[in-house]
Amino acid sequence: MMRSDVKNDFPIFANWKKKGKPLIYLDSAATTQKPQKVIDALDEYYSRYNANVHRGTYELSQLATDMYEEARTKVARFINAGKSESIVFTRNATESLNLIAYAWGLNNLHKGDEIILSEMEHHSNLVPWHIIARHTGAVLKFIRMSSDYRLDLQSLKDNLGPKTKIVSVVHVSNVLGTINPVKEICRLAHEAGALAMVDGAQSAPHMAVDVRDIDCDFYALSGHKMCGPTGIGALYAKYELLEKMEPFMGGGEMINEVFPTTSNYAKPPYKFEAGTPNIAGAIGLKAAIDYLEKCGMQNIMEHELELGDYAASRLAEVEGIHIFRPRATGTGVLSFTVDSVHPHDISTILDSEGIAIRAGHHCAQPLMRKLQVQSTARASFYLYNDKSDVDALAGALEKGIALFRPRKKANVVE
Amino acid sequence: MSLNDLFTEIILDHYQHPHNHGIIAGATLTSRGFNESCGDDIQISVLVKDGVIADAKFSGAGCSISQASASIMTDLVRGKTVEEARQLAGMFYEMVKGTEGDYGEEMGDAISLQGVSKFPVRVKCATLAWHTLEESFAKTNNGENK
Ligand SMILES: Cc1ncc(COP(=O)(O)O)c(C=O)c1O
Repeated sequence: MMRSDVKNDFPIFANWKKKGKPLIYLDSAATTQKPQKVIDALDEYYSRYNANVHRGTYELSQLATDMYEEARTKVARFINAGKSESIVFTRNATESLNLIAYAWGLNNLHKGDEIILSEMEHHSNLVPWHIIARHTGAVLKFIRMSSDYRLDLQSLKDNLGPKTKIVSVVHVSNVLGTINPVKEICRLAHEAGALAMVDGAQSAPHMAVDVRDIDCDFYALSGHKMCGPTGIGALYAKYELLEKMEPFMGGGEMINEVFPTTSNYAKPPYKFEAGTPNIAGAIGLKAAIDYLEKCGMQNIMEHELELGDYAASRLAEVEGIHIFRPRATGTGVLSFTVDSVHPHDISTILDSEGIAIRAGHHCAQPLMRKLQVQSTARASFYLYNDKSDVDALAGALEKGIALFRPRKKANVVE
Repeated sequence: MSLNDLFTEIILDHYQHPHNHGIIAGATLTSRGFNESCGDDIQISVLVKDGVIADAKFSGAGCSISQASASIMTDLVRGKTVEEARQLAGMFYEMVKGTEGDYGEEMGDAISLQGVSKFPVRVKCATLAWHTLEESFAKTNNGENK
């Protein structure tokens, strides 16, 4: 059970008031709110032990370095990475995915090689591969989605072959909330001799993740989607693969020796962290993970699932609604459309009641086309939401829809 | 700001019963406008003869504000010169930005979109049709293929 006073841990709920209405934040799939503990951790770093890392020869710098490395160890433990050297700090999941696309993809893919993605990918696991495919001549293939918004593993099996070099899929869809069977997908990829990457932007924040059990080669996450600061993310990679990979960016921190015309590189993960990293971000991410672990990942997942189910049943009563969510094992993500009201109008209607949802294509335009919609409205829940938030959502939605009730032609005289 | 200031009867009327919906067969110009963030997608087709907009239509899909604005705009610019249409566009942008002014006469039904200025995130919905029209003028010989 989730504590009922979790909202109090997040100062924004006390600070943001729209026309005196409390903030009902249902856009955590976009970014999450930050607990005071995380804000304090940032403040403490800057006010007490700010220094650059890995190059200082004095105590303050050593302290900053220790804190930064502790954060790495924390992330490694959080997703059961085994060794902390398997964790590369990045800006966000997008950069983690790009890192692999560029550093691994550009150097290992050749004309005719195949990359398998799925029909429910976020643009961040799609557009980098478009670029790499254009450079290398590799070909993109897609795991089909069923009418119940699940990946059809048969279509993965049909697509896999000797030319498949990598399979990269989203763990939890940011639009549908579908939890994909990534362990099985990785097993099938490996059987075919391919590598497997998992986009964990929407799984790491919401459930206990074990990358070694999943047996993925690469896993991407974003700190800001899990109560951490913006500008910090992580890539998990099997260490042997990191050792074999070319660097992503060049500069300070990632080198060993530099000569006028050549250089050799530091060991991973440093080889992939060029320049001064987001030290404060990493420390903030550690504080976020500490916070989430205290709440309990199992707890968080169950809480969100309960809210997702409750919201799905409440909203099902709304006239003209279409909900895009798998029948079983959804998460706290709920995309929907309403026949007579455009998603953007829904968002404005809800905003006027202090309810923040997202309307749009959610960075998944190919999926929108597959769903045959231009956009959807999406409510996404996190540990600080409760049933009263769902009730507010349903109530405001009913009210707004009444405003858009079809009227007769010709203007109504008031 | 209440919702009724944004979703006025006139806007909802245009949204639910749009005027000039479709594509002009012999259009002298067509152009497409797209709001990446929300997916509003509008196609404008215009028939310009001797510098005067003889006909204007729109198609596509989007939110109430973008659709109503396109419906109202196509009503407004018909019979106007390209230059007059440009001036209307400029006036419209000022109005939805919230610039004080007397927009009464010339704006026609578009005056009902004045409330958009109180909803900053919706301004780009209201201006989509106008920008699309203006850009198409710029791209072609003021809408006339000669
Ligand atoms: C499934 C998924 N993948 C990747 C991303 C990209 O995350 P970020 O923008 O933090 O890099 C997101 C964020 O919206 C997402 O939902």
